[in-house]
Amino acid sequence: MSLLSRLLIPAGLVAAVVAAFAFLQLESAALLSRDGLAQMAAYASGFMAPDLSPAHLQAIARGTLETLAMSAIGTLLAALFGLLLALPAAGRFGLLAQAASRLLLNALRAIPELVWAALMVLAAGLGPNAGTLALALHTAGVLGRLFAEALENTPPQPADALRLAGSGHIAAFCYGTLPSLWPQLVAYTLYRWENNIRMASVLGFVGAGGLGQMLYMSLSLFQEAQASTVILAMLAMVLAVDSLSAWARQRWVRG
Amino acid sequence: MLTLLAVALLWPGVRLSELDLGVLFDGSNADTMGTFLSAFWPPEHSGEFLGLLWQATLETLAIATAGMTLALAVAIPCALLATRVLSLSALSRGGRPAWWAQALRWPVRGLLIVLRSIPEIVWALLFVRAVGLGPTAGVLAIAITYAGMLGKVYAEIFESVDPLPARALLGAGASRLQAFLYGVLPQATGEMLSYSVYRWECAIRASVVMGFVGAGGLGQQMDLSMRMFAGGEVAAMLLTFLALVLLADLLSRMLRWRFA
Repeated sequence: MSLLSRLLIPAGLVAAVVAAFAFLQLESAALLSRDGLAQMAAYASGFMAPDLSPAHLQAIARGTLETLAMSAIGTLLAALFGLLLALPAAGRFGLLAQAASRLLLNALRAIPELVWAALMVLAAGLGPNAGTLALALHTAGVLGRLFAEALENTPPQPADALRLAGSGHIAAFCYGTLPSLWPQLVAYTLYRWENNIRMASVLGFVGAGGLGQMLYMSLSLFQEAQASTVILAMLAMVLAVDSLSAWARQRWVRG
Repeated sequence: MLTLLAVALLWPGVRLSELDLGVLFDGSNADTMGTFLSAFWPPEHSGEFLGLLWQATLETLAIATAGMTLALAVAIPCALLATRVLSLSALSRGGRPAWWAQALRWPVRGLLIVLRSIPEIVWALLFVRAVGLGPTAGVLAIAITYAGMLGKVYAEIFESVDPLPARALLGAGASRLQAFLYGVLPQATGEMLSYSVYRWECAIRASVVMGFVGAGGLGQQMDLSMRMFAGGEVAAMLLTFLALVLLADLLSRMLRWRFA
């Protein structure tokens, strides 16, 4: 076994790398030739002077707001839908419902957001609506599974006590289970929202609205200056979200 | 009161995102989607298409592997430059480098932050415009984004291991590279390898998604089939994608278990 891990795995890795480069036949010679490099430099220099005119900045502000709105609404829809699916997935309504809802959650989760967005653009037309739905579908799969796990791990005693005291199913859930579950649900939802902000900014590449669509359009029209401003806006948004969530985590989670 | 506030905040959001669930059930839209979805079963399985699918899958794997290799080639030197462990000025200051030495590390750290903060698909879109459609753009995009992530994580791993062996070596007059190779690397290998394997798994998923902007592999074929409303082909590719992700997950878990 030690021989296996000492020789076979490294040899396999090297073989895989060599095979990958051989298969792709990267045209590195053409890429690194003087011509290719000059072309790349000319292309890159277009990005060096971002377009900071007020009209364009206003469009970018609108795109940023649209991205934020897409991510927020998508995450909220996903949280609702995820909670609805999490109840059967945690085994509350029998085995058959559990298996069916788990399968549905896995399918929703396994398909990446961008593929959902491409499908939703076909189904609901171009624009932020498609992006919101795509985010909602994928995130519902993720949150549904997390919620179901949280639901299985909450202590059942409070709800049982309420049931024994004669309250209905729904009341027992609302007053017995939900209070201890709530902080976890909120934490998971916020965490996914953070991810979705990042995702929402690129969903536009397939036509689903937000900053991504602006970037795609301006690159297609060879407006490098405008594109470079959009990239800067994306960068600023990602960095802001990162530092905000790091700050919030330090303040509330470690607290 | 709280409800009112929430509605006041959400309403502009709903307006901006143009949320309209009704579109999905609108007559003609539902018809188009219905025919598209009904073509999903059975998935396309003619010999010619399966050959194409096999090629695209291999291409996806090759993009992920080649991209990771290039990323490693960039990330390791950057991590060495960015880490505090190999600081000479820290030797006499109880492990804290002088301020000017820290300032010299900042440009590298800043570069790594920029590389990883721009999503890989944006890099892919840019490279598709620069080097043309095809896998080259995908490889370069993965190489750049993952170099940023790996560089940062490696630098952190180097800093999290026991610094005393490296300090002893540096103090005894070893060069920085020697101190790294004999003082830091032996402790860091396991963690580095398992993180790299995990990233390779992520690279496979990313390379499928990047195909949608024309960077080769399974995603590009999926995009083409979707535009032609070829439901059977899309279904076959989605299934292949799921199988690929499951296999990569399995392989990476196996490798990590060996390394850890």
